[in-house]
Amino acid sequence: MFTGLFVDNKKTVTSIAAVLFLALLGINLLELSDAAGPALRSMTLSLLGTADNTNGAFPQMLFNNMLRIDKLSMWFGTAMTACTVLYILLIGKEFKKVGTHVAEYFALIFFILCGLYILTAYNSMLMLFIGIEIMSIPQYVLAGSDKRNLKSSEASLKYFLMGAFSTGILLMGITLLYGATRTFNITEMVPMLHSESLNPMAISGIVFIIVALGFKVSAAPMHTWTPDVYDGTPTAFTAFMATIVKAGVFFAFLRLFHVSFGNISEHWLMILAIVTAATLLIGNVTAVYQQSVKRMLAYSSIAQAGFMLFSVLAVSSSIAWNGIILYGIAYSVATIGVFAVLVKMKDYTYDGFNGLAKKNPLLAFVTTIFLFSLAGIPLTGGFMAKYYVLLAVMHQGNMLWLVIFALLMAAISVYYYFRVIIAMYFKEGEPELTSEVTMADQVLLIATTVIVILLGVMPQLFLMPA
Amino acid sequence: MVLLLLILIPLITGAFSFAVKGDAAKALALISTTATLALSAYVSGANFAAPITYDHEWIPMMGTRFSMLADGMSGMLVLLTGIVMMVVMIAQINKDVERPGAFYGLLLLSQAGLMGVFLASDALLFYVFWELALIPVYFLCSQWGGEKRIPVTFKFFIYTFVGSLMMLSGLIYLSLQGGSYAWADITKAGAALPAASQQWLFWLMFIAFAIKMPVFPFHTWQPDAYEQSPTPVTVVLSALMVKMGLFAVLRWLMPSVPMGVEYWSDTVVILSVLGIVYASCIAIVQTDIKRMIAYSSIAHMGLMCATAFAHNGIGMHGVMVQMFNHGINITGMWLIVSMVEQRWGTRDMTKLGGMASTAPQMAIALVIISLANIALPLTNGFIGEFMMFNGLFSGYISNHTVMTVLAGLGIILGAVYTLNMIQKVAYGEKTTMIVAKDLAINEYISLAVIITVIIFLGVYPKPLLDLTSGVAQMIVK
Repeated sequence: MFTGLFVDNKKTVTSIAAVLFLALLGINLLELSDAAGPALRSMTLSLLGTADNTNGAFPQMLFNNMLRIDKLSMWFGTAMTACTVLYILLIGKEFKKVGTHVAEYFALIFFILCGLYILTAYNSMLMLFIGIEIMSIPQYVLAGSDKRNLKSSEASLKYFLMGAFSTGILLMGITLLYGATRTFNITEMVPMLHSESLNPMAISGIVFIIVALGFKVSAAPMHTWTPDVYDGTPTAFTAFMATIVKAGVFFAFLRLFHVSFGNISEHWLMILAIVTAATLLIGNVTAVYQQSVKRMLAYSSIAQAGFMLFSVLAVSSSIAWNGIILYGIAYSVATIGVFAVLVKMKDYTYDGFNGLAKKNPLLAFVTTIFLFSLAGIPLTGGFMAKYYVLLAVMHQGNMLWLVIFALLMAAISVYYYFRVIIAMYFKEGEPELTSEVTMADQVLLIATTVIVILLGVMPQLFLMPA
Repeated sequence: MVLLLLILIPLITGAFSFAVKGDAAKALALISTTATLALSAYVSGANFAAPITYDHEWIPMMGTRFSMLADGMSGMLVLLTGIVMMVVMIAQINKDVERPGAFYGLLLLSQAGLMGVFLASDALLFYVFWELALIPVYFLCSQWGGEKRIPVTFKFFIYTFVGSLMMLSGLIYLSLQGGSYAWADITKAGAALPAASQQWLFWLMFIAFAIKMPVFPFHTWQPDAYEQSPTPVTVVLSALMVKMGLFAVLRWLMPSVPMGVEYWSDTVVILSVLGIVYASCIAIVQTDIKRMIAYSSIAHMGLMCATAFAHNGIGMHGVMVQMFNHGINITGMWLIVSMVEQRWGTRDMTKLGGMASTAPQMAIALVIISLANIALPLTNGFIGEFMMFNGLFSGYISNHTVMTVLAGLGIILGAVYTLNMIQKVAYGEKTTMIVAKDLAINEYISLAVIITVIIFLGVYPKPLLDLTSGVAQMIVK
C-alpha cells in the first residue's frame, strides 16, 4: 500500500497492487477452505503451494468479541475480494487517467476493503461504526480525486457533508440502543429487546439506524446524494463505490437487523417495506428520464438497492443470507462490467453508444449481457439474484403486494437498460473510444460475461455449501 | 436424451451460426432445422407408446430440476415447430437478408426456446425458456423489421415482459406451497388452495398468457408487431409463439388453479368472443394483407381460447387440433404474402391484382391456404373448428348459445375478408405493371409441404386426433 512512497513507476505500482489483491484473495480462500470442507481446502492449498498449518474453526472471535468471523461473513468477504480483483483487472489501468497519484488510489481501495471486512464480521455496534467510517472516508477522497474537475470536487464535498450527517445519525441511533439495552454487542442485546416491553428508546434507535444505513445504501428518501456523487466521481471509482461498497454495507445492514432486531421485526418491518417501495419507485422511474448512461446507472443503483433491501425484509427466511450474497455478486459483476465498457467511451450519453455493435461487436455483446443481468432476464445472474431475494420475502409471507410492485418496477427497468441496447444495435453512429480495447480487455470481458451467465445457470457454485 | 437434443441442436447451431457468413448460414440453418424436424417427428411418433421424459439435476437448493416431458400435446407442438421452422428455412433459400449469420442464428435460438417451453415439466425451467424464446425475437424484429420496428418491438417486449414477471410471481407462490417446481407438485399444491387464492392467482398467471395469445384487450401489440417484423419472424410469432400462450393455459394454468379457472371462465369466454367479433370486423377494412392476417389471427386465437375455457372434452380436443392446423395455415399465408411483397413491392391489396394469370401456381396455393384458413371442409381447418364449436355449444359456461352464435359470426366474417382478399389479389384487374415470375423451386417445395399437410389432415385427421386425445381428456378431467 505504501509502495507509492518508494516507487515512481505507475506500472510497477499497478502490478504490485494487483499481486497484493490476489494474495488477499488467496488468504481469504485459504481461511474459507477451513469452513468449506477438505476438498476445497486441499485444492486451495495445492494452488498456493503451502502446507496445511491452520486449525481455525468457525466462528472465530477476535478483539475481545468485537468481531465474529463466521462462515457466512468469510464467504461474503471472499466473494467481494474476488469482485475487487475483477474490478482492478478490468478498470485498474484507467486509474492513471484520473490523476497522478495512482498508488494512493490503490491504497484507498485497500482501506475500503479493510472496512468491508470489518462490516462483514462485526459483533459490536462500535465495530459497525468503525467499519462504516473506514469505508466512507476513503470514498470521500476517491470522489474528489479528479481535482481539476469541478464536478468531482462537488461530488466529494456533497458526499462528505451528507455522509458526516448520516454518521451522526448512526451514532445517535447506536447511543439510543445502548441506552435501551446497556450493551454494544449485537448478540447480547437480543434478550433485552422484547416485543412486550420494548423501550421506546430502542425503537427510535432502530429508526435512526435505518435512516443512517439507508443513506449509505442510497435507499429513498435518503438517496438524493447518489446521482450527483456517482456522476461527479471519476467513472473508474464510481464502478467501485456503486458495487462492492454498497453490497458490503448491505451485508452489515442484514446482519444487524436479522441478528439483533429479528425478534421485534413487527416494529420496523413496515417502515422498511415503505422505504423499499419508495426506493424502487424513485430509482426506476427517475432512471427512465436520464440522458446520460452514467447517471442512469446511478439511478439504477438506487433501484437495485431496492431489491437488495428485500433480503433485509425477509427477516424470518433462512435464504435471505444467500440472497444478499448472490445479489451482491451478481450486481457487482454486471455493474463493474458495464462500467468497464463505459470508461472506454468518450461520450456518456445514450447517443454516444449509437452504432457500437458495428464498430466493436464484442463490446456491444458483453454490454448487452451485463444489461440483461441488471434487468433480470433469465439465464443471467441478475435473474437468479432477484429471484432469490423475492423468494425470501415470499417465504416470509404477507408481502405479496411488495413483490408484485417490485416486479412491475423490474419491467420499467427494462426500458432504460434496453435503451442502451437499442442505441448500440439498432441506431447508426460513430462511437468514439478513449482507449484501445486490447486483447487482455477482451479476454477479461468475456470471462466476466461467463461469470454472469454461470451465476444465472448454476448459482449454487457461488453460494456457500450448506 | 432425445428431448435434450431437440433443444441443443438449434441452440448450438444457432450460437455457431453467428460466426458463419453468407450462404453457409442458410445451409447450416436448413440442416439444423431438418435434423430437428426428424427428431420431433420421432418424439411425437413415439408418444403413442409412452411419453418420453428427461430428468437431470439442476439447482437443487431451489427445488428445480431440468426435467422435460413430451406427451401428446407437447409432441404435437414440437412437431409443429419442427415443420414450420423447416418450411420457413426452405422458403428463405432464394431470399437475401443482411448479415445472414446473425439472422439465422437468432431464429434458431428462438426455436430452441420454443422447444424448451413446449417440453418443460418444471415451472422454473418453463419460465426460463419462455423468456429465452422472446429475446431472439426481440432482436430479430428490431434489426431486420420495417420502418417503425424499434418502438413497435419495444412495446411488444415490454408487454410480454410485464406478463412474464406476473407469471413468475404466481409460479413462485405456487412452488412455495408445493415445495418444488415440478409440474406434479405445482398442480397439486395449487389445486389444494382455497378458492379465493386461486382466483387472484389465476389473473397473475393468465395475464402473461393472455398477452401472448393475444386475448382482447391485451392484443394491441400484435398487429403492429406482425406488420413490422420480417416474414420468418412473423411466422415464428404467429404460428408458434402465440401457441405458447394457449399451451401454457392448458399445461400450467388449468391444472394448477382449477377453481380460479372455473370462476373466471365466463369472463375469459366473453373477452375472447368480443375479440373474435372485434378483430374480424377490423380485418374486413384492412387493405394491407399482412395486417388483415394479423387481425384474422386474433379472431382464430380468440375462438381457441374461448373453447378452451368452455372446458369440455370435444372442445378441448378441437383446440389441440386447431393449434396445429392454425400454425400450418398461417405459415402458408405469411409465406405467400412475403412472396407477393418480394415480387410486386407492395402488400396493399387495392394495388394488387391478376395474380391468377401472371403467377397461376402462386394463386392456386393462395386459394387453397386461404380456404383452409376459413375452415372449408376437406381442409385441415374444418375438423378443428367443427369440434370447437361443438365444444363451445355444449360447454359449462353461461349463455353458451349466445357465445356460440357470436363466435360463429367470426366464421362468416372470416369468409368475407378472406374471399375479398382472394378476389382482389388473385383475380381482379392486372393493375400492377411488373410482370413477375411464378414460384421458384424452393418456394414451390415449401408451399407444397404446407398444402400437403392441409389436404392430408383435412381428409384423414386421425393421426392428429389420436396424438392429442389423451391429453385433452386429462385436462378436462
